[in-house]
Amino acid sequence: MTVLDLLDTGLAVLVLAVAAWTIVARSNFAAVIGFMTYGLLLSLVWARIAALDVAITEAAIGSGVTGLLLIGAAVRLRALEKSDTAGQVGGLGRVGAAVLSVLVVVALAAVFLSAEGQGPSLAPEAARHLPQFGLGNPITAVLMAYRAIDTMLEKVVLILAVIGVWSLAPDGAWGGAPANLSLAEPDPALVYLARVLPPFGIVVSIYIAWVGASEPGGAFQGGALLAAMALVVLMARLAPAPEVGRLWLRLVIVSGPVTFLAVGLLGFAIATGFLAYPTAYAKALILFIEAFMVLSIAAMLPLLVLGPPKVPGGRA
Amino acid sequence: MSLALDLFTVVAVVLGAFFFLAGTVGLLRFPDSLSRLHALTKADNLGLGLIVLGLLPQATSLLGVLKLVAIWGLVQLSGATVAQVVASAIRRRQDPPS
Repeated sequence: MTVLDLLDTGLAVLVLAVAAWTIVARSNFAAVIGFMTYGLLLSLVWARIAALDVAITEAAIGSGVTGLLLIGAAVRLRALEKSDTAGQVGGLGRVGAAVLSVLVVVALAAVFLSAEGQGPSLAPEAARHLPQFGLGNPITAVLMAYRAIDTMLEKVVLILAVIGVWSLAPDGAWGGAPANLSLAEPDPALVYLARVLPPFGIVVSIYIAWVGASEPGGAFQGGALLAAMALVVLMARLAPAPEVGRLWLRLVIVSGPVTFLAVGLLGFAIATGFLAYPTAYAKALILFIEAFMVLSIAAMLPLLVLGPPKVPGGRA
Repeated sequence: MSLALDLFTVVAVVLGAFFFLAGTVGLLRFPDSLSRLHALTKADNLGLGLIVLGLLPQATSLLGVLKLVAIWGLVQLSGATVAQVVASAIRRRQDPPS
């Protein structure tokens, strides 16, 4: 056993331990912190198996933005947690869920371990066609070229999620602004961070989105980082939450999927069909789409965290 | 020269790891939240600083060096902020404003 094997084993044990702790944690808030730690450890696991794109996404989305969403949920459920246990799943339900989960894990492990050799893989094919798009990162090629329609529809799903959150607004508040993220007055240290950090964060997120064409990174990771900067500013209350009825906000939200769709339709005229790129401009077109996707993602993730509009807007 | 640099890396990273260990022991053993926070932030800043310092000779390009230093700086900034925010939250809980 080498040192790296030992480290990997330790990491795997730690991930399982944190997962178990998250499940048995007494309070929702503690469980959420456990979940975020679990996500960060998991991104180390992804990095160890050389899936750096997934590692960055896991750290930014799986741990960061999802963690923030869950913290918001835990805070909102706090009153319920103390007073009411009627809504909780009973012992039999818990045992049933545990048995089902273990069954799924055992079945997956059995399938994985019984597979002979490497199993079928499209990786060589994906790598072979990379030069056609002028890309160096096979993940970006899969997301933006081979499976472009999945990526486009993924963003449409995000829009639907935002609309779903907005539709929880009370009648009077429709088109207005969501409530502030923190109830208390923001800490001066947080305000300082929100003034200093965003310039660096914006540069790094643009870099991550740009470098995604040839190295680990991409629109989703860059957009998530930009969203984090927006959230820091919102938490420090340096800027008010935007009114969801604003035209500019809605344009930013749809800009990514609309650009994707427009370039996809353009494929009929300049290439072989829907979502096909002409070889000469493939990279330029992909980066063009990704630039607007970064904007869309950076707008939608904070809106999901902010929740439904609470304050009546200036116009309905 | 390369051996000396490698040796420097090993010594600095081990020292950095020691500070992380010390910080973790402090986190587990110190009696109250503020001391635990103190142990964590001070040791982590120094620990990460030493690890980054140790890794600098291993960077293959100037850009790599700059990235390492930037990571150290950003972690310092966020670590210090989180420590302040957590500390003031502890304070608010101890003596709630009347």
